[in-house]
Amino acid sequence: MPDDLTVSDVERIATLARLALTDEEKSLYSRQLTRILDYARQVAELDTRDVPPTASVLDNVQFERPDISRPSLDRQAALSNAPDTASGLFRVPRVLGDA
Amino acid sequence: MTGREIRDAVAKRELSATDVCRACLERIQARDDVLHAFITLDADRALARAASIDSRPRGGDPLPLAGVPIAVKDNLCTAGLRTTAGSRILDRFVPPYDATAVSRLDAAGAVILGKTNCDEFAMGSSTEHSAFGPSRNPWSLDRAPGGSSGGSAVAVAAGFAPLALGSDTGGSIRQPAAFCGVLGLKPTYGRVSRYGLIAFASSLDQVGPFARTALDAALVLDVIAGADPADATCAQRPVPRYEDALTGDVRGLRVGIPRQVLEHGVDTEVLDAFERSLDVLRERGAVVSDIALPHSKYGIPAYYLVATAEASANLARYDGVRYGSRTPADTLAGMYERTRAAGFGAEVKRRIMLGTYALSAGYYDAYYLRAQQGRTLIRRDFDDAFVRVDVVAMPTTPGAAFRLGDRLDDPLEMYLADVFTVGAPLAGLPAVSIPCGFAGGPLPIGLQLIGRGFDEATLLKTADAFERETDWWKAEPGV
Repeated sequence: MPDDLTVSDVERIATLARLALTDEEKSLYSRQLTRILDYARQVAELDTRDVPPTASVLDNVQFERPDISRPSLDRQAALSNAPDTASGLFRVPRVLGDA
Repeated sequence: MTGREIRDAVAKRELSATDVCRACLERIQARDDVLHAFITLDADRALARAASIDSRPRGGDPLPLAGVPIAVKDNLCTAGLRTTAGSRILDRFVPPYDATAVSRLDAAGAVILGKTNCDEFAMGSSTEHSAFGPSRNPWSLDRAPGGSSGGSAVAVAAGFAPLALGSDTGGSIRQPAAFCGVLGLKPTYGRVSRYGLIAFASSLDQVGPFARTALDAALVLDVIAGADPADATCAQRPVPRYEDALTGDVRGLRVGIPRQVLEHGVDTEVLDAFERSLDVLRERGAVVSDIALPHSKYGIPAYYLVATAEASANLARYDGVRYGSRTPADTLAGMYERTRAAGFGAEVKRRIMLGTYALSAGYYDAYYLRAQQGRTLIRRDFDDAFVRVDVVAMPTTPGAAFRLGDRLDDPLEMYLADVFTVGAPLAGLPAVSIPCGFAGGPLPIGLQLIGRGFDEATLLKTADAFERETDWWKAEPGV
């Protein structure tokens, strides 16, 4: 794995994360993330043979509850924080026909 | 006054909830322009709630927190009351529902004063990453109050409220509690519902109380703990009456000290206070012995990889469509990217980037998977320790509160200071920080106790026994 996180690596990650970054941010994050990842790389020292990953500390997350219908959030409340709405729906820029 | 004293005085009609609420609001109005514990204060709503408590008929069932003021961290949803999580992107967000912890407090008669400052989306250790500016430590105004639940810790330390709610992912309740000289409890993962808690890292986040005394923390936990159909990760286990555990009797309690963890980078004043704290527990009959947590040095890297990976997924929801601010653009993708660029602060972007990288193709096994395996090894360390001891003790932080601004330019240095607090959430265990002395002059420091899963009762019992022998918890900031 590469030692440095380059500006082009930062650009690739920013695209994945849907973040528009300035040139200044790109170079800052390149330096800072390189240093943080260098530290985080310590986990490579661990002897992880036959060690299962912990995704959750819960032994058993499955349980049953009564299947009873309940009212959900009404439409007006659900839309109340939206930046843009139309006809009771969330409105977004056009999706189809983009360049 | 403690929450318990207020509750009893209100129940006996020696005090009205309205007078108590007014007194808190006056203290806040006099001093919060300097301390900045609150992002949003709602005096009218609080006074109306207090009046409704006062108008309850006598002789009904006494509510467990009737008339007790409480401050709530601004990452817990409050219906009709702005909830920002310390972020510009939620600047105008007014939740249409209450978090479960909030609705349970409400049902218990508590009076919510307002929403406290925190690092943006609870990502930080100082409140300096709040989009609304930092809070100040009431013990020394040029110092950080700790974070991310810094505003809640300040509110209790400054006497704005006897109680507060915070959330803890890697230390966000315990570290500010230590820095501000109050008690902070992170419950076991699954003890308290996360419904309505704005998600940071879903396998680690947990809601818990700040208070002056163990009894007050027990009263809050009694109310907020327990199964919730709205949160599948909230445990089905029955909730004991934590109050009843506070017998003062810790004879025979086995306390384990991970000596090797304390060998490097800990202030001598913190170590001295820690040793004196152990003497206090010994005098009350506890048995102190050394234990090993051999994988604890991997706690910080494992924590920051797991937490940021989960954060990068959780914060994908801020897309400018359903809630939050939007920065317009011609295309949908452009709107996402600009909305998030304008709405998130530097630390949140840094963590989203780190987490996205750790989860990305080619790096997942080396970082994220390894970190999760490290998490298993850290859990096993605690499992082994709890065969021999009932409680693990260590300082809450390696040093007292740092100066505002000192660590802003060096994110890694800020992360490293979480060395003692990340272990408990990685293992899902409950942990409490209690005031145990001062360092660097007037700055409070904390003793941290980590317990077995769902054994908050032993932590609160030990904290209460410690309070009976010491005066640290009574100290009030002069600022």
